[in-house]
Amino acid sequence: MTMTYDLVNENSHSKPNGPPINLEERKGILEVQDLSAWYGNTQAVKHISMSIKAQAITAIIGPSGCGKSTYIRCLNRMHEVSYKGRVEGCVFLDEKDIYAKDVDPVVIRRRIGMVFQKPAPFPTMSIFDNVAAGLKLTRLWSRRWELEEVVERSLRQAALWDEVKDKLQESGVSLSGGQQQRLCIARALAVEPEIILLDEPCSALDPAATLKIEDLMRSLAQEYTIIIVTHNMQQAARVSDVAAFLLADQDGVGTLVEYGKTNQLFTNPKDKRTEDYITGRFG
Amino acid sequence: MVPVKRENKWRTNRFAHIVDKLFPNMTLVFALVIVAILVGLIIVLNTDAIPAFSKFGFSFISSTSWDPVKENFGALPAIFGTLLSSFIGLVIAVPISLGAAIFLVEIAPTWLRGPASLIIEMLAAIPSVIIGLWGLFVLVPFVRSPIESWLGDKLGFFPFFQGPPFGVGFLAAGMILAIMVIPIITAVSRDAIRAVPDQQREAMLAVGATRWEMIRRAVLPYCRSGLVGGVILGLGRALGETMAVTMVIGNSYQLKASLFSPGATIASKIASEFSEASGGAFTGSLIELALILFAVTLLVNVVARVLLWRMTSVKGSSE
Amino acid sequence: MMSETTYLRRKWFNRLMLGLSSTAAGLAILILGLILGYTLARGIGALNLDFLTQAAKPVGEVGGGMRNEIFGTLILIGLGSIIAIPVGLMSGMFLAEFASPKVASAVRFAADILAGVPSIVVGVFAYAIVVQPLHSYSALSAGVALAIIMIPVIARTAEESLKLVPNSMREAALALGISRWRAVVGVIVPGAMTGIVTGIMLGVARIAGETAPLLFTALGSQFGVQGLLNPIGALPLQIYNYALSPYPDWQQQAWAGAFLLIMLVLGISILVRWISSRRNNRPVIRNVKRSNKNDNDIRFG
Repeated sequence: MTMTYDLVNENSHSKPNGPPINLEERKGILEVQDLSAWYGNTQAVKHISMSIKAQAITAIIGPSGCGKSTYIRCLNRMHEVSYKGRVEGCVFLDEKDIYAKDVDPVVIRRRIGMVFQKPAPFPTMSIFDNVAAGLKLTRLWSRRWELEEVVERSLRQAALWDEVKDKLQESGVSLSGGQQQRLCIARALAVEPEIILLDEPCSALDPAATLKIEDLMRSLAQEYTIIIVTHNMQQAARVSDVAAFLLADQDGVGTLVEYGKTNQLFTNPKDKRTEDYITGRFG
Repeated sequence: MVPVKRENKWRTNRFAHIVDKLFPNMTLVFALVIVAILVGLIIVLNTDAIPAFSKFGFSFISSTSWDPVKENFGALPAIFGTLLSSFIGLVIAVPISLGAAIFLVEIAPTWLRGPASLIIEMLAAIPSVIIGLWGLFVLVPFVRSPIESWLGDKLGFFPFFQGPPFGVGFLAAGMILAIMVIPIITAVSRDAIRAVPDQQREAMLAVGATRWEMIRRAVLPYCRSGLVGGVILGLGRALGETMAVTMVIGNSYQLKASLFSPGATIASKIASEFSEASGGAFTGSLIELALILFAVTLLVNVVARVLLWRMTSVKGSSE
Repeated sequence: MMSETTYLRRKWFNRLMLGLSSTAAGLAILILGLILGYTLARGIGALNLDFLTQAAKPVGEVGGGMRNEIFGTLILIGLGSIIAIPVGLMSGMFLAEFASPKVASAVRFAADILAGVPSIVVGVFAYAIVVQPLHSYSALSAGVALAIIMIPVIARTAEESLKLVPNSMREAALALGISRWRAVVGVIVPGAMTGIVTGIMLGVARIAGETAPLLFTALGSQFGVQGLLNPIGALPLQIYNYALSPYPDWQQQAWAGAFLLIMLVLGISILVRWISSRRNNRPVIRNVKRSNKNDNDIRFG
């Protein structure tokens, strides 16, 4: 199924329509329809619609305050955890709306994982227990060898195994910042999600660690769908296949300005605001 | 490597889901236990005081008799004793606590502040019965002579200093109470003084005030409500203090104006007689005493908290 | 223009008052030293193996010890803790994680009031609800009284410790698809464990020395420990009784008991402070740029 999207201008309330994205060979794993989000009475984002392609890296870019983090947190139902967080609209996973009444958010968060900006390993747990936490805390019991398998696989996928295989029992916070972030990625991978959301995962890291994470993302994109929020345009250009540009309108509410293949968006943007942002005229 | 497929991707873990709904309510139940204890306390004290209240009514508060045989009880000496001993305790404690707090914040070198604070707080951790023990064997003889002998000799014309120097009595009880409330008044006063912004101090010093003048005119007035709150909190502690007071107050049920005379407080009366009380009006009177004590300490503590809450919110708005 | 004498007067007054302040602080510290010193001096002499291992001798006989009372104190601390720790911990969890602001204020208010109730009044309450219905003084009633004193302490420290756990931890746990209660019990509570344990230890230190609530609940026992539904002796209770007795031997033992009790209580208090200061000096995470954003802010960007 291909969905087509228009440039959503700031006064539009209509459903999406417009020129097609030519990634038709990949299916849309996550269909966002008319998503809006509030904190109490303050609206943060409005009327965002897009089709996230499977096994692609989608970057959400835009100046700070445009609602990128809020938007991405709506995709795994983490926004409602924030104080007075409220969402309207639909997000379809497997053609079922994750915001439907009968859907358990806990289930959604297993299928759509998240890595946060500041590395947050559980400080009271060892590296091993950190990675296994998603499994240990959702089942009544687990066999030791099952956990060991999963932990090793996840750490390998996160390109961390070689560095920590001899110190699995050490505390999670004894690692460097970049390693901690890869630990958090391994932790998210351990529960076998289909989609991984990353909210500015490198902004608290030094450049060397950042590059490692970017390499990691490219290798993970072979099997997982990655959505990354970043304020770093160069990173988005380096890493992503598809990019979405969000901008806050005059009321401070974030809207989707342009959505398309990364090289097209960066070299030949369709919207003037996108072009202004790319060329550094603001943000 | 392909991710492992699962059967039904939308299936929720029933057990965890149910517990997730129940768990917050379970914690609510436990939290309500606290409220229930408080409410139960109030109800029980009232109901069990009825045998005495129905018999004596409000004259309980003004009567000075305490006769288990004739079943005639009155609270006045106990109430008087509680107030007098606490008053003496505060009179002694407040200057010392205030001085110590000023020392800890304004005078002490930085390296000394932590350890000195710590030591004074350790005083609060000492169990009351041990302070009573020390009071009985060390303080009381000291109060008997030289203190009471000297005072009786030189100032015996004052009604406060008359009567034989037993040692035990209101003076000793007041001193013991002072020891017990100094830590808490010092701690609260120290926090109040510390919260005064430095600009206040600097402004005062800039017009040529001495250190003490700065403290007296800029710092102390600024945190006045915090200081008063600390004193009232100390009062609340003193009113309810039982063991140490019981051991040094002499346990005599009479109304005398002299500091040297033995007496009783509500807490000491309950402590010394409750286990022998034979029910009916006797136990009921003791429970009524407990109710009076509860009400008074409740009032005092609430007033203290209101004052201290105001201190923290004023502090918040001025920064 | 200020006169020379006025200036000198102010200067000397200043010195006087500052000196008085320092004296006041010194006095407070001196008092502590006196109390500790006397207890140490008088107690350590009588603190021998007999004291710890023998039961009390009948009235008038010299010798014996406080073995049963030491056990009694340990049992009562255990009883009080068994009741108070679950109630306090769950209440703390409620206040920190699940409560709406209004209900939380009400519960907190009740806990603060309960904390301010004189311990003798708590003893009267325990007498009324346990001793009277059972028609017997008992260790159980004393345990209940001590638990009532302990609960507010544990609840408030548990709440504060749980609140100190950064929000990023909660979100990280929830984002893994862990259900809410599992996240609290499996991640947040362990993260706050140091604070919770120190709260419990503070509660224990508080009730170890409490005597007033035991006067007519535990009552004291000449026959040693006889089970939960019978009277029981305790260290502070025995100190009180022996102190007021006319026998010098018993008074000596009172000092020994006081020494033991002070060591226990001060030991716990110092340990608690040491743990707290160690926690505040945790090693800093390497290679992470300091973020300007506060962990607990709602993110809008």
